[in-house]
Amino acid sequence: MESEGLVDLSRLQFAVTALYHFLFVPLTLGLAYLLVIMEAVYVMTGKVIYKDMTRFWGKLFGINFALGVTTGLTMEFEFGTNWSYFSHYVGDIFGTPLALEGLMAFFLESTFVGLFFFGWNRLSKFGHLIATFLMATGTNLSALWILVANGWMQRPVGARFDPVTMRMELVSLWKVFLNPVAQAKFVHTVSAGYVTASVFVLGISSWYVLKGRNPDFARRSFRIAAAFGLASAVSVIILGDESGYLDDIGQKTKLAAMEAMWETEPAPASFNVFAIPDQKNMRNDFVVRIPYVLGFIATRSYDTPIPGIREIVRTNEARIKNGIQAVTALDRLRKNPSDADARKTFDATQKDLGFGLLLREYVSDPARATPEEIHRTALATIPRVTPMFWSFRLMVGLGFAFLALFALAFYYSSRNNWENKIWLLKWSLYFIPMPYLASELGWFVAEYGRQPWSIYGLLPTSDSVSALPVSSVIFSLGGFTFFYTVLLIVEIVLMFKFARIGPACLQTGRYDGENPAVLPGTSSAAYPERGGHV
Amino acid sequence: MFDYATLKFLWWGLVLFLLTGFAVTDGFDMGVGALLPFLGQTDIERRVLLNSIGPHWEGNQVWFITAGGAIFAAWPLVYGTAFSGFYFAMMLLLWSLFFRPVGFDYRSKLENPFWRSVWDWGLFAGGAVPPLIFGIAFGNLFEGIGFRFGPELHVFFSGSFFNLFTPFPLLSGAISLVMVLMHGAAYLVLRTQGELRRRAVRASTGFGVLLGILFPLAGLVLQRFVPGYRIVSGDDPEGLPNPLAKTVVRVSGGWLENFRDHPALWGLPVMVYLGIGLTLWGTRKNHPLTGFAGSALSSGAVIVTAAVSLFPFVLPSALDPSSSLTVWDCVSSRLTLFLMFWSTVILTPVILFYTGWCYRIMRGPVTEEAIRDDRHSLY
Repeated sequence: MESEGLVDLSRLQFAVTALYHFLFVPLTLGLAYLLVIMEAVYVMTGKVIYKDMTRFWGKLFGINFALGVTTGLTMEFEFGTNWSYFSHYVGDIFGTPLALEGLMAFFLESTFVGLFFFGWNRLSKFGHLIATFLMATGTNLSALWILVANGWMQRPVGARFDPVTMRMELVSLWKVFLNPVAQAKFVHTVSAGYVTASVFVLGISSWYVLKGRNPDFARRSFRIAAAFGLASAVSVIILGDESGYLDDIGQKTKLAAMEAMWETEPAPASFNVFAIPDQKNMRNDFVVRIPYVLGFIATRSYDTPIPGIREIVRTNEARIKNGIQAVTALDRLRKNPSDADARKTFDATQKDLGFGLLLREYVSDPARATPEEIHRTALATIPRVTPMFWSFRLMVGLGFAFLALFALAFYYSSRNNWENKIWLLKWSLYFIPMPYLASELGWFVAEYGRQPWSIYGLLPTSDSVSALPVSSVIFSLGGFTFFYTVLLIVEIVLMFKFARIGPACLQTGRYDGENPAVLPGTSSAAYPERGGHV
Repeated sequence: MFDYATLKFLWWGLVLFLLTGFAVTDGFDMGVGALLPFLGQTDIERRVLLNSIGPHWEGNQVWFITAGGAIFAAWPLVYGTAFSGFYFAMMLLLWSLFFRPVGFDYRSKLENPFWRSVWDWGLFAGGAVPPLIFGIAFGNLFEGIGFRFGPELHVFFSGSFFNLFTPFPLLSGAISLVMVLMHGAAYLVLRTQGELRRRAVRASTGFGVLLGILFPLAGLVLQRFVPGYRIVSGDDPEGLPNPLAKTVVRVSGGWLENFRDHPALWGLPVMVYLGIGLTLWGTRKNHPLTGFAGSALSSGAVIVTAAVSLFPFVLPSALDPSSSLTVWDCVSSRLTLFLMFWSTVILTPVILFYTGWCYRIMRGPVTEEAIRDDRHSLY
């Protein structure tokens, strides 16, 4: 049906645009609330340094926010441009959180971000704090709605298929909203954003300390970031664990792939710390394991087995056979909606309709599929194990490294002797990129691990694409990559520049290195380009 | 509470409302962007123009994003078909919009004149290209788009990007651009002073007159040269949406049928002229708020006039007229329409309230002195 390479290119474009977008989202989510905290301290204590902190970190927030908006625009329309069958098939459910995101979150965020930057002299202290708070709430609400949408792709609840309209239809918005996968993902994701922003503030503040600049400003920023970061790192790990537990309920395939678990082990299963997975022969070449641990994490019990990949493949073969019946019955129903026999078969088998659609990607006439073809399709229901296994482990390792960093930063900052812990300052500084890496890995595990489905178990990714000429997608992919890369470079240059100038860019006369003749914008007489990493 | 047909009709109204909201709000900041390099001769003048929309453009743009989301939820087939059918146009639209968030925020952060000039032209593209593309796309709806549905509602396309540029869509693109330029200029009359304001008055007059000429021209072309669409059988407003169930034929002059059947609808094009009249009078006679309201009225009326001519069609298909999408068969389930209708009806007043509050806080002319006083934090 589609031309060669179309599906892969469409996926690649979505991955590129979404991963670029998520370079900017986490900092927005977290820094917005750090700004609220800083400004709240300013309003409560009246100490002007907290206002300066809000304004300076707000400037960096703005540089990042601009690209979040830019890359976010694409996401709102890309389902329509490149995933038109997906849009038709699940728009009834999936479109709803996106529309609500606009109405509840984007308007709030985008209106109050204007007042945040332009309202300092026009609003009362308290009024401005409210504006900052509403901006932060807007950004976080948008994460809520988009993760409700994504949670539904992972675990489609509260919907049913209608053969006349040929699509999934909403049964309960409440169920879609309260989808446990969505809720766990939301807290996990925003917490990851808070971690990102905390490491960002922690790292840049550390650099000021290392350079001996603006000690008071850096000290207060560091302390807030350490406390906020510690709480966030705990939250990100707990909710990450909750997501793992929910994967066992909803997406056993993803869990098995993430863990390189080929065989169903007697409960409780052991946890593979290290493995070299061999997908072809469905085994691990070398493995280091801790007994019992995975069973407890994933099932929260000691006697529930976790299905291994081999078992999942066998189960899916049966589901594909069911799916064949569902697809053929649906075909008859579409031609004659009052065909009672077809209706009966369809009702009995429709939970496996997606598997029938998946088979159709490999065989033109599902009714004549050979056992060999069915087996091949069943194997295709397993994502590639090696990238899943290692991405997941790297993400989790980083998560614990953040926890350690914040715990130490918090401990030493409460004892007031962190400023001479050079190793801690350098750790904070060089760790600034790490939360970004962890977030991207997290999305990779979530989305790559759902393949070959766009809606888990319901709609194959390959059936979701727009039937565009391959050349169109190559062109747009090139365009996105070009624009995003140029903009990213511009963003990083500005970010480094303003982080280097520091609060001096506010020109309040209170900070090191202010030179009205040089600012705003021109570089550098005061701060030569050498040396720093910020 | 509402039956399915009523909900479907109400959703047509809501989509129209969101698109009109987009044109009326984001329209003027795009207009300011498109006028930026021409009305603003010096750097400080350009900064005045930018800062007049600085606090607002972002919220305004959400009308566009929300309209996209609402179309996804309420008209999923339109969302999937129109955006993939207009693929290159959509890419151009998105890429030109990219210049806005970064242009506004980054332009004045460095003093290098080349840097600022690059972003100024970027903001020009971000202001001028989108209305042009919207207009051209809207015009193409009247000519029909090259798509058809397969038996399981997979959509297939024929035709290329360059097929979009036929005379009527180009005229419609010009109308859209001129409308936005008039609206942007009318806004600037409200928010600037002195020489800049005088230039804005001249611009709003010029573009207002031009709109008054082009708009009826489009009606004439439509009547004479662009055949309309008519459903001859199989449409069922109450039924489950199935775009393959109806039969559609093309009828010469068909796009004006609704106006012939309901003469009261001629009030809509009259409102376009009323709006232009108010713009000219208000901007020239020192009633800038009236002038701005007038340009908002005419922008809204242009869009509603076009949508009413298309009704009940949303996306006519030139390839297979019976695959055309109408307000009756492009929609979501009754439950989704119902929930989203009430969500929109309840949330919109809240949005209008705080948006209005934000405009109130930031009201008054932007002056060159204000820019000089606060040059490191303003745009």
